[in-house]
This record gives sequence, structure tokens and C-alpha cells, in this order.
Amino acid sequence: MSTTLQLGATPLGPASYGDEAKPRMGFFTDTSICIGCKACEIACKEWNQVPQDELGFSGESFDNTGELSANSWRHVAFIEQPTGVGGVQAADSDFRWLMSSDVCKHCTHAACLDVCPTGAIFRTEFGTVVIQPDVCNGCGYCVPACPFGVIGRRERDQLPAADGEVTGLGTTHKCTLCYDRLKDGIEPACAKACPTDSIQFGQLDELRDRARGRVERLHEEGIAEARLYGEDPNDGVGGFGAFFLLLDDPEVYGLPPDPVVPTKRLPEIWGAAFLAGAALAAGVVAAVAGGRR
Amino acid sequence: MSGTYDGVGPSADGSRSYYGKPVIKEPVWEPTIPAYFFFGGTAGATASLGLAARLTGNTALARAATYANAVAIAVSPPLLIADLGRPERFLNMLRMFKVTSPMSVGTWIVSASGLASGAAVALEILGRLPRAKLAAEAAAGALGPFLATYTAALLADTSIPVWHEARRELPFVFAGSSAASAGAACALLTSSSAARPARRLAVAGAALELAAFAAMQRRLGFLAEPYRHGRTRTLDITARALSASGALGMVVGRRRSAAVGAGVLLLAGSLVQRFAVFRAGFASARDPRYTIASSASEWRSRLRRQPKPTCHSVPGARGPDTPTSAPASSKPERCTLAEDRRNRRSANPQPENGPRMLH
Repeated sequence: MSTTLQLGATPLGPASYGDEAKPRMGFFTDTSICIGCKACEIACKEWNQVPQDELGFSGESFDNTGELSANSWRHVAFIEQPTGVGGVQAADSDFRWLMSSDVCKHCTHAACLDVCPTGAIFRTEFGTVVIQPDVCNGCGYCVPACPFGVIGRRERDQLPAADGEVTGLGTTHKCTLCYDRLKDGIEPACAKACPTDSIQFGQLDELRDRARGRVERLHEEGIAEARLYGEDPNDGVGGFGAFFLLLDDPEVYGLPPDPVVPTKRLPEIWGAAFLAGAALAAGVVAAVAGGRR
Repeated sequence: MSGTYDGVGPSADGSRSYYGKPVIKEPVWEPTIPAYFFFGGTAGATASLGLAARLTGNTALARAATYANAVAIAVSPPLLIADLGRPERFLNMLRMFKVTSPMSVGTWIVSASGLASGAAVALEILGRLPRAKLAAEAAAGALGPFLATYTAALLADTSIPVWHEARRELPFVFAGSSAASAGAACALLTSSSAARPARRLAVAGAALELAAFAAMQRRLGFLAEPYRHGRTRTLDITARALSASGALGMVVGRRRSAAVGAGVLLLAGSLVQRFAVFRAGFASARDPRYTIASSASEWRSRLRRQPKPTCHSVPGARGPDTPTSAPASSKPERCTLAEDRRNRRSANPQPENGPRMLH
């Protein structure tokens, strides 16, 4: 039996891996050069053998994926924006595209990992967060715990025909940052497939430096709305392992403006539960102490 | 936020979103979960009441509590296991103990309570080993209060605003509700004279439940909206009406039939209340306004610890969708960031640098 006693902060992998620790790896998704080709979505599905999502036409620009889920580990968002609003203007029209490939953030303090009661979710030697489908019992706690809505649970009623083994039904799934590829020193499938290098893979420290330089350059070019999202190690989740350069407020991309890992408030949560329990015990004592009158 | 963008803040009212889609995922849990919250809470509070009755020599009440506790704790594990995506793997939760996971802590509380309660009721039926029975009842009774409240911690330890932002009050709602249902269950099973402590506990529990619920609504403010719409509203109103009328019945009813009626009302109120809380979480997750507004307020409170942003004041520019109720433009340096954004736009509709390209 293993114990996680550190409140609100599971230790980062490299600290607990000793000699096997690797530099923390991550993604820098520079949405200013995303062209919305969805090659990342497809490459991810191919490599990780992620089942087909529901096919349909959403009517929401070119986005028919909709959201990250158990069966979509990359999701390209398409935003059609009238310009001349909020100081934003495109060169040749009154309209601009925002496209962004969303992915699991591999948080420094990961809610999913903190709340997982089976230990199926773990921190790898690369500092990434991975679910082991053969340990997960499908309790679903990680699903509402994630501040970004990344994780989903595959349903049992989607069981395909009996031919062929299908693992992980009834369990939760998300991006693994291609843990298997990382082990062999290969970059993740989405980054490999990205034709514009909007998705950049590398050591997190280097990516952060590169991203700050990119923002500076965009600001020099007059694109004042460019900002980094999730690169700050002091934010509510301790910084993302997969962070972004955005051209508008995060909520426009379907991202929370300032995510906080819910377990950051564990002392408050457990404190209130303990006090309420004590109040209940006191109530019982008081009720009985009144005798049979 | 990076701090590299000298711009405006996120929409404080959550009015900007991605096609109105949710930011977070709603739970995948089934109605077996709120049903378990009810049975687990009842089991916890009956165990404590039974122990207290035993220690004060109220044997009739202690026996009733032992039986009620055994029934409530017996149905709990099946309700929990049925909800798993892979029920055959439920033992995986006993691989570890994690205080960061209320579900992990709760699994151990339920397991230990179940063993203790099972031993207590078995010895009660056999009428043997009174000291071992007392030890089992003591263990179950000591764990009971936390069996009743950990489930509120479980809900609070998620990213769902209506649960997470209610983290201080929700355990008291569940504690009160559990006391009410346990007192009611024991009052149903015992003669009027022996049931006095149970009736007092039921009334006090219902009062705590209603008071804590009101305090929770106040704290949540706009985030409590899911309680005011659709079927969740119906459940909420029904639960409060049942609990209030049940408590009233317990107070004024002197005959046993009145206690039975009031007990049934209280049990129903406690059960329906868990369903209201459960359903509110789904609505809270589905609507991005709640996630964004709650996250934006975090953003602003973080910003408050940093140097203040300059506020572009335009008198009377405050829009109708501003969620705060501060007097308009009396103190322009204290306007919200959403206002600031609006003011900047109206003050300077065209960018100074003219058209520009991204690359």
C-alpha cells in the first residue's frame, strides 16, 4: 500500500524516480500559427488507437470534434471573430480566425491524479500525467475534478462486436503525451504531424523560454493581445506541462481564465467536513443527554 | 496568467465562451450516488446515536439504531459498486490510502464502518459477547459522523463551482440531513418514550440542514442559480418543505402516529435534498458561465495581490450585465476588469497601430 500524505500537492515524478528521472517534457502550442488542419487530432487517434467519436455536423465553424473527451485527446477549436472589436484587426478583412489545438495540460498539481482512488493515474518520469487503463476501475472521480474538462469515461454500451480485444471500456482516458513514444525518445504523434510547428514538443524549461521570446516578438509586431496561458509555475495548478500562446482571453477558446486545482483547498475541505462531523457528534450527545423527557 | 499581456481581464460574468460549450465535464455518476449519500449518511448518524443510547442505558433505542444502521450500511457498497465503469475492479480502491482523494478516504471509512456495523448487528441478533458488541458499536459510532460528512468533501473536491465553492457549508448540510434521517429512522422503530433522543436529534438535524443550506446559497450567490431552475428547483423546494414539515411534526406531534408521519417526511426530505445537490452539480458544470465567472474571480483576486491595472474610466459606461452592485462610476479606480475592457473599447474603438497581420 502506498500513501500520499502531502496535502494538495502530489510530488512531481522526477523527484521520486531517482536515477530514472528525466527532464520534464511538455508541449508549447503556439495558436498564432495554427492553421486548423486537424492533423494533430488524426495523428493522435492513429497512434494511440483512440476509438471513433460520434460523427456529426456541429455547425460551429469547422469544429466537429467539439471537446476533449475519452475519445478525443486533441481538439482543434475554431473561432470566427469580427474584428475592430477590442483593438483587434486583421490585415485585409473585418474578420479573423482563431484556431487552437487543445490538449491535456499535464498540470504540475494535477486534480485527476490527486483524486484518483485507485492509483491508476500516475506521474511519469517525464513529469507527465498518465492513466493506466488496466488499473482504472471507472469510478469517474477524475472527470469532474479536472479544471479543464479534459477527461472522459468510455461507456460500456459502446462495446463493439466481439471480434478483437478492446481494452479500457468503462474506464477514463486522456492524452498520455505519447508515453510510449517518449520512452523511445520519439516526439509525440501530434507534434510530429503538425505542419506549422504550432505544436512544439520539448523540455518544458526550453519551451517556456522559447514561448516568452515568441510573445515578445508578437508584441513588437503590434499584436498586443498575444499572451501565454499556463506557463506560469505560480498559477493555480503550478503551471501546465502543456501550455499555450493565445490571441484572446482563455474563455474564448473554452478554457478557464485562471484554473485552480480543487485539491489546493483540501485543508479547507477536510476542515469543514471534520467540523461538521464534530457538530453531528455533539448533536447526538446533546440529544441523548436530554434523557427520556 | 502570464502577466505579459497588458490587456483586459476575462469576462467576469462569463458572457464570452466557446459556442456556449461547457469548460468542465459534468460527472458520469448515476443516481445511485446521491442514493448512497442518503444511506451512508443515515448509517453514520444511526451508528453514533446507537452508541450514545447504549452508553446511556436506552437499550430499546440502541437496538433500533443498530438495526437501522445495519440496513443502511448494507445497501451502500452495492450502490457504489454499481456506479463504477468496471465494477469487477472495485477492490482496486483498497490498493492505497490517499488523503488528497476523499473517495479513497471514504472507501476506507465505509469498509471499516461496514465491518463494525456487521459485527454489531450479528452479535445483537445472537445476543452474545456483549463487550465485543460494544467495541464494534464504538468503532462504528466513532466513524459515523465522518461517514456522514466525507461525501460532502468528495463533492467539494471537484472543479464544479456549485460544489467546490460551497466547500465550507456543504458538509454541514450533509451532517444535518444525516442527523435528521437517522433520528427519524430510529423514531419510527422505537416506542414514544424511548425515542425522545432520536426525535430531538431529528429536529436539530433538520434545523441544521435548512440553516446550512441557506448559508450555502448565500455564499454561492450567482453560482447557486442551478438550484433555482427546472427540476433541481422542484427537488430543492420539495426537500426543504419535507424537512421543515417533518421537523414541525416531530415537535408538535405527541402521539406515535404523528411521529411516524413526521419521520417519513424527514427521511424523504433528506433523500430528496441529496438529489437536489447532486443534480445542481450537473447544471453547474454544463453552463460555462459558472466556471468562467468562478475562475475569473480567482483571476481578479490573484491580480489584486499584484500592482493594480489602470482603469480606463468612462462615466456611465457600466453595462447592464455587470454582476457587481457597486455604485456606478463613483470610484472609477475600483471598477471591475470587465468594465475596464468595455471602457477601453468605447474610449478607443479603433486600434492605434492600424491594420496589422499576425506573421
